[in-house]
Amino acid sequence: MSRTAQLKSTAAVLEPRTLNEALEMRARAPDAMPLAGGTDVMVSLEAGVIDPPRFLNLWRLDALRKIEDTPAGGVRIGALCTYTSLGRSDLVLRHASVLIEAARTVGATQIQNRGTLGGNIVNASPAGDTLPVLLALDAVFELSSAERGARLVAAADFFLGYRQTALLPDELLIAIHLPARNADDHTHYRKVGTRLAQAISKVVLGARLRVVDGQVVEARIAWGSVGPVPMRSPSVEAALLGVPIDVDAEAKVAQDIRPIDDIRSTADYRQRVAENVLRSFLRSVVQTRS
Amino acid sequence: MIGEGLVRADGQAKVTGRAVYVDDVRPEGCLYAATVRSPFAHARITGIRLDPDFDFSDVTVVTAADIPGENVVALMTDDQPALADKVVRHVMEPVALVAAPTREKALAAVSHILVDYEPLPALFDPERSRGHEPSLFGSDNVYSHITLVHGDPDGAFASAEGNADVRIIEGTYRVGLQEQLYIEPQGMIATHRVDAEGAPGLTLFGSMQCPFYVVKALSRVLGHKRFNVVQAVTGGGFGGKEEYPSLVAIHAALLALKSGKSVKLIYRRDEDLRATTKRHPCRLRYRTVVEVRTGRLLAFDGHMLFDGGAYNTLSPVVNSRGVIHAVGPYRCENVRSEALMVATNTPPNGAFRGFGAPQVQFAAERHLDRIARELGLDPLDVRRVNLYRDGDLTPTGQTLKDIGAKIVLEAALERAQRPLPPGNGSGRPGGGGQAARLAAGRGLALAWHGCGFTGNGEANLQGKADLALEGRDLRVYTSSTDIGQGTETIFPQIVAAALGIGVGRVSVAPPDTDLVPDSGPTVASRTAMVVGGVVLKAAQALRAALASEVGFDGDFDAMLDARTSDAVLRVREQYADDGTLVWDPKTYRGDAYPTFGWSCVIVDLEVDLDTGEVLYRRLVQATDVGRALNPVLASGQLEGGALQALGYATSEEVVLDERGCMRNDRLTNYIIPTALDAPEMETVLIEIPFAGGPFGAKGIGEIPHDVPHAAVAQAIERATGAVLDRLPMMPERVMAALERRR
Ligand SMILES: Cc1cc2nc3c(=O)[nH]c(=O)nc-3n(C[C@H](O)[C@H](O)[C@H](O)COP(=O)(O)OP(=O)(O)OC[C@H]3O[C@@H](n4cnc5c(N)ncnc54)[C@H](O)[C@@H]3O)c2cc1C
Repeated sequence: MSRTAQLKSTAAVLEPRTLNEALEMRARAPDAMPLAGGTDVMVSLEAGVIDPPRFLNLWRLDALRKIEDTPAGGVRIGALCTYTSLGRSDLVLRHASVLIEAARTVGATQIQNRGTLGGNIVNASPAGDTLPVLLALDAVFELSSAERGARLVAAADFFLGYRQTALLPDELLIAIHLPARNADDHTHYRKVGTRLAQAISKVVLGARLRVVDGQVVEARIAWGSVGPVPMRSPSVEAALLGVPIDVDAEAKVAQDIRPIDDIRSTADYRQRVAENVLRSFLRSVVQTRS
Repeated sequence: MIGEGLVRADGQAKVTGRAVYVDDVRPEGCLYAATVRSPFAHARITGIRLDPDFDFSDVTVVTAADIPGENVVALMTDDQPALADKVVRHVMEPVALVAAPTREKALAAVSHILVDYEPLPALFDPERSRGHEPSLFGSDNVYSHITLVHGDPDGAFASAEGNADVRIIEGTYRVGLQEQLYIEPQGMIATHRVDAEGAPGLTLFGSMQCPFYVVKALSRVLGHKRFNVVQAVTGGGFGGKEEYPSLVAIHAALLALKSGKSVKLIYRRDEDLRATTKRHPCRLRYRTVVEVRTGRLLAFDGHMLFDGGAYNTLSPVVNSRGVIHAVGPYRCENVRSEALMVATNTPPNGAFRGFGAPQVQFAAERHLDRIARELGLDPLDVRRVNLYRDGDLTPTGQTLKDIGAKIVLEAALERAQRPLPPGNGSGRPGGGGQAARLAAGRGLALAWHGCGFTGNGEANLQGKADLALEGRDLRVYTSSTDIGQGTETIFPQIVAAALGIGVGRVSVAPPDTDLVPDSGPTVASRTAMVVGGVVLKAAQALRAALASEVGFDGDFDAMLDARTSDAVLRVREQYADDGTLVWDPKTYRGDAYPTFGWSCVIVDLEVDLDTGEVLYRRLVQATDVGRALNPVLASGQLEGGALQALGYATSEEVVLDERGCMRNDRLTNYIIPTALDAPEMETVLIEIPFAGGPFGAKGIGEIPHDVPHAAVAQAIERATGAVLDRLPMMPERVMAALERRR
């Protein structure tokens, strides 16, 4: 029985007190599963999907809870920031209010108090609600290891396959970098999930359009829950670029997404909804500009 | 006292976590139980073996062969075995039981009980059940078939032909399964005891609505009654803990007997969702003759087909309520109402708040909407012209008196006057902001609900209640369980009001079948109205007994002061009707219920045109409660019931696999509404007293679940033009309907 609910009380927990200690433990014990808020880990454990011999508890690493300006004018968000803390940050509000919108739709209050942005990223569920937003904002992830130090990986290069990421076994996700907000950017977040709290998304849209002189100069359209990974929408982005906003670009959505029938919804519905929410976003941009 | 919103007696313990639920208890040396279940919908069991490579030394295993008495879950009929013997008739059917020192060991042992099956053809389509193979129940797979005829429906349909003033309007409606979704899963503990006479026996302690159902079922399996049944604090039931706990208790008891130890059996959530009863799905075909000018119902011919699943449980009662409520709260002089309840190889369906009324009244309300649509009339006008008035006859021929139909309609309309939300997407939670395309709509629906048991049910049952004077305080003894609805609060209110004392001096004994008489089950919206009435009689009888003891009848405390003995004074009363109700269960003619509740629901919502999701904004309900014994609790029942109906309307879909097993067996994918999904609620309590209820109270537990889903369908139609005649109206179906509309 795969479903035996065995919470391994015997599983060892490594308790680093500093980031350096954490990275060293990570290098020495790659089988220790990082534990942030635990809101994904506990569910997988109970369902018998994972069975790690030990955990690396990151929860005490306050260094990973900072939210600060970057020299480039953007914001750097520590991986351990909870959804609640994102919502309380003026810096995040200034640079990425759309990320706060997304954070407010995750689970409900208890999950928002405990779940972290880093956990959402590394968990890499195709239904992770913040992931399309991070793709749309051109987020860059700061990964670090004891041996090689920090490296930066663009969100677009991070999600490799179903629940597979570019994170190496000796690395931790340290921070999320977001570029400065541009005054010409229109951003949008839309989660579709049947109920208004505690919902696993059927479709997620994260979008950013930079419109200068009536022309789209940068387009980021990103999806969740419509394929094995959170993904950008290259055909739609290409169709939008360089021209006045084309509200019919939604016709291209089908070329980019790969929705499936599953227990939560149908491929058909997901595709139609993706097209609809994109069209409504594009229309609203046209409307606010006219 | 009566009419005061006293704080719930059980409230503080529950919100502070001190209330003791069955899973909080762990008797010394207790074993943990688990259930070996059928993976097949229909199969012959050819053998049960223990895996020789598994260590069974500390595991107790029970099969049908271990049953000392009869292998049956006694209820209406004796068709359901306690443990499948030669045949399994549904997926998840219990085949064997194990108990072990740890939960982990018990769960591991389950997969090492090797059961050999020979699969048999299975039946899933209720349309192909009656008289078809495989044979599952009786001679024709029919649990219940009721036809009720009132007036001359055949004549009315015949004379409609060629008459330009009338039209025949037909529609088909469908409703799906619904899970009760009590927060606390099924659970029971069996412990050994020695009774007062020194005889060994058992105590069953667990989550349940009806302790005496457990007594009846368990005594047949054990072949004796040397046990008592005690209700633990129960985390919700909604019908799901009416009959099902009998099975859980039997299983725990069998394991306790064989092992000689205490046994605890708690279902996991996913197991509970897959194995236990649900609301019956139904297909309803309605044909009516209506007056073209007004939409007045001249004749009704309704046919309902309910899927009962693999065993009978209480399905005939659901069928019965369905037949009687099928037309909704509307007058019609010529009625044929026919309901068929058939067997299939899905897990048995069973009791659920409303008991057939939510299914048929969805169809009744949608059918009136169809009449309005086809005749170009306003749905509200069609309701007004048909609504029952005093003196009207119901389809069973019962004359209605003091009815609240029109009063609740006007009260709800008045309260709902505030205009609809703007429908421009502002404030859409869940993202979307100004970009969301929302269409606003308002829907209205009306319900009636027969209170208490049907026909002679209460008179036959003679529900009992005891009241005891213990010192200067009083204690109520009934088998009515508090499952969150407030029994422990209102019984003391009734006694205190009757005796003119403070409510703090009245307590409620825990439902323990050693201590309490059989008050009948906690079902059918009957606890406050019927058992509450017996409690009131007991209070009056106690006062009389005390008066004769002290020689005068006056102030209660003065009588107590005059007592010379401090012996416990205990009285027992039982239900007796006034003999004016006449009911013939063979013809379905007569007084179906002692009284009816009436309700009008108005729902304001927005449909997201991009996603087919429904956003609830406001729900107004006006309901005739007879007398609100405790208005806070009464409103709580009504609002909770309405929210449960909104889940039924647009989000609660039970997805079955090809074996009839629930696939979405987690709270993440069986979608009940959260607080955020709940609309603003306004609840108007209308009080048209019922002479047969304590202080005029009527039953209100079920009526709030009867029609909100119908109001939702109408609101969606008004907002978007999309017509949905099938529940649940999941976003996927709403989207499809929006597209059909184009
Ligand atoms: C009731 C409930 C509702 C939920 N609702 C939503 C929802 O609406 N939307 C949504 O997107 N998600 C939802 N989730 C999932 C979950 O809450 C989020 O994905 C959350 O962001 C996970 O963060 P965490 O800190 O709890 O991660 P954890 O569970 O601690 O970790 C998740 C994974 O990331 C790894 N990890 C975490 N931090 C790091 C790090 N810094 N470096 C390397 N690896 C790391 C862990 O090893 C693990 O594999 C819900 C979960 C629950 C239980």
